[in-house]
Amino acid sequence: MQLDNLYQEVILDHYKNPQNKKLSATYDAQVHHVNPSCGDEIDLNVTIKNGEVSAITWDGVGCSISQASVSVLTDLLIGKSISDAYRVFDEFVALMQSKGAVTGDEDLLEDAVAFAGVSKYPARIKCALLGWMAFKDASVQAQSKG
Amino acid sequence: MATTSSAHRCGSESLDLSNIDSIITTKTKIVALTHQSNVLGTIVPLEDLVKRTHDVGAVFILDACQSVPHMPVNVADLDIDFLAFSGHKAVGPTGVGVLWGRANLLEELPPFLFGGSMIESVTMTEATWAPAPRKFEPGVPNMAQIVGLGVALKYLTKIGMGAIHKHEIELTKYALDAMSGIDSLRILGPLNTDMRGGAVSFTLGEIHPHDLGQFLDDAGIAVRTGHHCAWPLTRKMGVAATTRASFYLYNTTEDIDQLCESILAAQKYFG
Repeated sequence: MQLDNLYQEVILDHYKNPQNKKLSATYDAQVHHVNPSCGDEIDLNVTIKNGEVSAITWDGVGCSISQASVSVLTDLLIGKSISDAYRVFDEFVALMQSKGAVTGDEDLLEDAVAFAGVSKYPARIKCALLGWMAFKDASVQAQSKG
Repeated sequence: MATTSSAHRCGSESLDLSNIDSIITTKTKIVALTHQSNVLGTIVPLEDLVKRTHDVGAVFILDACQSVPHMPVNVADLDIDFLAFSGHKAVGPTGVGVLWGRANLLEELPPFLFGGSMIESVTMTEATWAPAPRKFEPGVPNMAQIVGLGVALKYLTKIGMGAIHKHEIELTKYALDAMSGIDSLRILGPLNTDMRGGAVSFTLGEIHPHDLGQFLDDAGIAVRTGHHCAWPLTRKMGVAATTRASFYLYNTTEDIDQLCESILAAQKYFG
């Protein structure tokens, strides 16, 4: 089924059991992002300690792609140095913009390679990027405070 | 005026007309309403609204995008002042539509765009405008789309708007009945066809409309998902987004059977 390329098992698993989906009481930066074309919304908190992403928590409503994507992001980026986190971020954004031409660097992206199929569905790329753009925004704000 | 009944009556959302005298007053200049809601499918009863609008000296504008292509509409019987509808909802091309207005009001209205073909006379210091509709159609006309829309409307008229409406009501009855039987499916809008058309919006438990829409697309079924350019309304209904199935002259009851089967399959897939 063509659809299974989009809805990989990893995505459905994260959708049903989202990670770090509970906003922390403390944070360095908090952002609210929306996808105006569909109404998906996300709040995301980031804490950075000694140049390392020490916590990412979030809450939001949206489709399985957007919810799973941010869940995978938290698994992947918590504990990484900011520079490593941005390398993963850049690789993920490149994957989303690839129109299905690349499969993604699995060493770098780990579970996030499951979203490769999304890049073939232009209407869904924004869903997959919602949480990632929120992270970028929050992490930049957190560092500028820093 | 864009209020819906404040009560959350599942399945009976309609415009609350009890307070039109306090909403449409002598301060009102324009009342603009949709004839059939593109989200709920409800058909707005216009008689009292148009009468009240004219009683206070205001102008009534009808958005007929969901009514003109789907049922007989007579601007004289409705006694409205302006009516607009789009081509792409009437088996016509995109980027073209129809604005109808009373001749005396069109004469009063100044042009809002300027260019070729819309003038009567021009000097270095002044200009006068061609009579409507040319006054409102400056520049190179959108020829291909306009001709296409004309053919589309002739096609619909030949089949007969009454026959199209009857077919749609039968399909809508069938769909409301079949879809109501699906577990955790909630239809937003009336559950009978007394005052509704064939736009049927619904939610399906916790499954997000974009996921459902993607699933249905994969099964060859085209639906619309999201807030349908009516975010305040979907917020008021207490949902982030809905999935909307809509029916037209080319649909059959087999299509609806296929829709329901695919909805059940989607429940398994995302369940």
